[in-house]
Amino acid sequence: MADMKFPDPHEVEPIPGTEGWQRMYPYHYVFSDDDPNRAKYEKGMFWFYDGLHYPEPMYPFDIIWDEAWFLALSQYNNRIFIVPPAKGIDHRIINGYIYITPLPVENPDDIPKRAEEFMKRAGYYYANWKDLENTWEGKMREVIKQLVELEIPTLPEMEEESVVFEGLGVSSGYKLLNAYDKLIDLGILCWQYHFELLNLGYAAYVFFMDFCQKAFPDTPAQKVTQMVSGIDVIMYTPDDELKKLAKLSVELGIDDIFLKGDAGSVFKELEASDKGNQWLQAFTAARDPWFYVSSGTGWYHTDYSWNDDLTVPLSFMNIYIEKIKEGENIDRPVEQIQRERDSLTEGYRARLQTEEDRTTFDQMLNQARTVFPYVENHLFYVEHWFHSVFWNKVRDVAKILSEAKFIEDVEDVWYLSRAEIKDALWDVVTAWATGSNPRGPLVWPKEIAWRKDCMAKFREWNPPSAMGTIPETINEPFTILLWGITSESMANWAKLKEVAEGDVSKIVGFAGSPGLVEGTARVCRTIAQITELKDGDILISTTTSPSWAPAFKKIKAAVTDVGGVMCHAAIVCREYGLPAVVGTGSATSRIKSGQKIRVDGTSGVIEILE
Amino acid sequence: MTIELLYGVDATAEAFNSMEEPTSALVGNLMDISKYLIPFEECDVSMVSRVGGKCASLGELMKAHIPVPPGFAITTDSYMRFMEDNNLMDKVMKKLDGLDESMVAETELASQEIRSWIDSGSISEMLEDMIAEYYRLLSKSTRTPALPVAVRSSATAEDLPDASFAGQQDTFLWTRGVDDLLDRVRRCWSSLFTARAISYRLKMGFDHSQVQISVAVQKMVRSFTAGVMFTLNPATGDPSTIVIDSNWGFGESVVSGEVTPDQFQVNKIAMEVAKRTVSDKGIYYTTDPETDHVRQLPVDAERRSSQSLLDSEILALAELANRIEKHYGKHMDIEWATEKSLPYKGEIFIVQSRPETVWSQRKAKPIVEPKASAVEHILAGLLRGKKIK
Repeated sequence: MADMKFPDPHEVEPIPGTEGWQRMYPYHYVFSDDDPNRAKYEKGMFWFYDGLHYPEPMYPFDIIWDEAWFLALSQYNNRIFIVPPAKGIDHRIINGYIYITPLPVENPDDIPKRAEEFMKRAGYYYANWKDLENTWEGKMREVIKQLVELEIPTLPEMEEESVVFEGLGVSSGYKLLNAYDKLIDLGILCWQYHFELLNLGYAAYVFFMDFCQKAFPDTPAQKVTQMVSGIDVIMYTPDDELKKLAKLSVELGIDDIFLKGDAGSVFKELEASDKGNQWLQAFTAARDPWFYVSSGTGWYHTDYSWNDDLTVPLSFMNIYIEKIKEGENIDRPVEQIQRERDSLTEGYRARLQTEEDRTTFDQMLNQARTVFPYVENHLFYVEHWFHSVFWNKVRDVAKILSEAKFIEDVEDVWYLSRAEIKDALWDVVTAWATGSNPRGPLVWPKEIAWRKDCMAKFREWNPPSAMGTIPETINEPFTILLWGITSESMANWAKLKEVAEGDVSKIVGFAGSPGLVEGTARVCRTIAQITELKDGDILISTTTSPSWAPAFKKIKAAVTDVGGVMCHAAIVCREYGLPAVVGTGSATSRIKSGQKIRVDGTSGVIEILE
Repeated sequence: MTIELLYGVDATAEAFNSMEEPTSALVGNLMDISKYLIPFEECDVSMVSRVGGKCASLGELMKAHIPVPPGFAITTDSYMRFMEDNNLMDKVMKKLDGLDESMVAETELASQEIRSWIDSGSISEMLEDMIAEYYRLLSKSTRTPALPVAVRSSATAEDLPDASFAGQQDTFLWTRGVDDLLDRVRRCWSSLFTARAISYRLKMGFDHSQVQISVAVQKMVRSFTAGVMFTLNPATGDPSTIVIDSNWGFGESVVSGEVTPDQFQVNKIAMEVAKRTVSDKGIYYTTDPETDHVRQLPVDAERRSSQSLLDSEILALAELANRIEKHYGKHMDIEWATEKSLPYKGEIFIVQSRPETVWSQRKAKPIVEPKASAVEHILAGLLRGKKIK
């Protein structure tokens, strides 16, 4: 390890033409050496690039979720549950890419007292997990309800008479500012909840994995995940609902209608018949909330949900209709998965050498299984359902800015930070109230053009995997599990680099799901492209999400740029018994559609054959 | 499909069992036969003192329905009978009298003389007939005229230094025909008196007259690929992993370390090939089709870096490893071989197996300190953290 060197964050060269990029992001995210104490701290920490969440440079608006979890994760570790040796996770940004570092508790004398608090507080959560999880779901549904009901008011030429005759006392200008504040506040609140159970959930999971890997050093993380993962997690529900709708359309004999493809004409035809209306009724019940599933991770405004473009789920449904008509069973092989999980668990347990270890195994496994549904399910509530509604509410705000000529296109809004949007709205409402001209149109279009150019340059830049100084130990459960920061993974990063520079026909990633196959690669950068997949193709994508599920019926292996053993592609491939290599960093840019490739999901290696 | 069907246990391990009864000339001596010769499938651990560890372990494997090349043990009684018939015991003892472990040159000289007596001794007609008959039956049951066999000494106890390696020195491969077989049997017997064996006994204070030896006569496997496997990972001690080392041809190139073999790791719980390391394999051992002599040859260019086992074979071997581990109730070190183009279905053979010694000798103790609850384990885990450097 000692020979592994990472750059000093203060010595990263700026990209020519992007000078001043720092103003796009929160000022405290910048590495700076103007204060010697802060510079010393930054240099002494180990900063790693959060490619798991951010394969792309950050849009100034989208950083809202990074700020939200910066606060939420850290507070739960350090101020709420008092994780004994780990404080929070600090964040920085460089050239649009997020770097993070876990903070240890420095004074060993603080640890026993923290441990005492932790046992009391975390112990309560672990002991009452299911009740707290139910309460959590209620809170989350309430936040989403408020979000859905939140209206972004437009600014009228003249206020309604009710303002006067009901003595309301506020204007639409005030209401707009207020609605925007409320929108942002709901987002931050939702992320407070996001971590309520997640830190402890991960901890239970991490240390079960740690135990298994101590007892069985060769065991890949995927096997441990398999022992823990449940089959009733709601992540599978959107896909299951889609399958039900496909079956219903075949039962009703209206499946031909869906071949028309375009959602508009499909719905028109459905509405014209009784059977069509029967199907529409089932569809309406299913789409809220299940079609809020995002086409991506949900972290970016560029991730759209099925509800945003119904052509996507409808085209997926055609895949299922086709399979049903071929007589194939499209249901998840739930019983088989359950059997495999049981035999794996029994197999490992039986090979432990002492009774004490079997007791530990049982304790840890039970706890890990208790927390697991939350660890999976929160993703649907927060990243998919909430985020999908949220992005569109921000687009409602953007329409106002666009009408006021602050931005040329609704989608330009993402180049402003949330604070800048608030300022711009002040510009809009004061000018509206006054009857004067706002300054925004002179400022923002020019600034946005420059920001677009900066971001294009950021995309061409290759962020170093880490910066700063490697610590001796890491005690922060997220860092270990989610980002997989271990001595092995760091060596792997070094290896990834070597392979990338040396043998161009080989790509290395994380072994996501075991098995070895050869086949034709099909690169799908967006969810819409998955309709191009042919039976037996190997899917190459940046990432996948539950809304990609139908693709897994067609492919024989999956490769992603982003993700660890817990990512969606890895989990689904294990379910379907397909090999997967995830977190390759660069597969979508290095593999071309039509190439013959070999995917070894057990060792995590992809070879380009021709 | 069961292992039996895949590997044709009927046609291999149990073939000898079902072979025809010995011919009439020997029927009268049936009692005597089992005193001097015992088919592998009748050997077991209780007989180590008569058939030696190697034959006993082959018999144990057969009892667990592991495909083992068929053969028979020539018991220690045969050895004792031979020594008596040739009046050698007293002569040998006299020769060894007065030696001590410091007398290297004298020991060497005595060894040479004793071995020449044994190598040139005559085997009684009765014993010769029995061995010849068993050899004939073995040839017949495997449908190979003048069946090539491996003749190996099978030590009965700690008589020989490095008991686990002793077999290698006294192995005569590709022995064909009765005359050659008898010659090799004598040479196995005489291996009890190599200079190294003598000085080892002197050092350990064993009585030369009490030590005995058995000989294993076993059908040769014309190995297509061969190697060794462990029921745990010898590098990490992980008991959920099976590690298989493999090269083309006979296992000698792997056992001796002359090549870097291919290595396959199997997760024995999920029964998946977890890791494949295909090496550049420079040489292999095979038989000269004319002479049946074992030769070392360079590996053809196209085979050097290709995987020497199919995935299906890797998994079949792993399944055998699991069965062997289960049968013995401990971790094992196993020699195996695959054979292709045989008149019967049998394809994979276990040639030898012995207990794994390195990891198995460590005392089992809890991996982490026991705790009252999962939360306490989580706390302990957090406090421990993950070592990075």
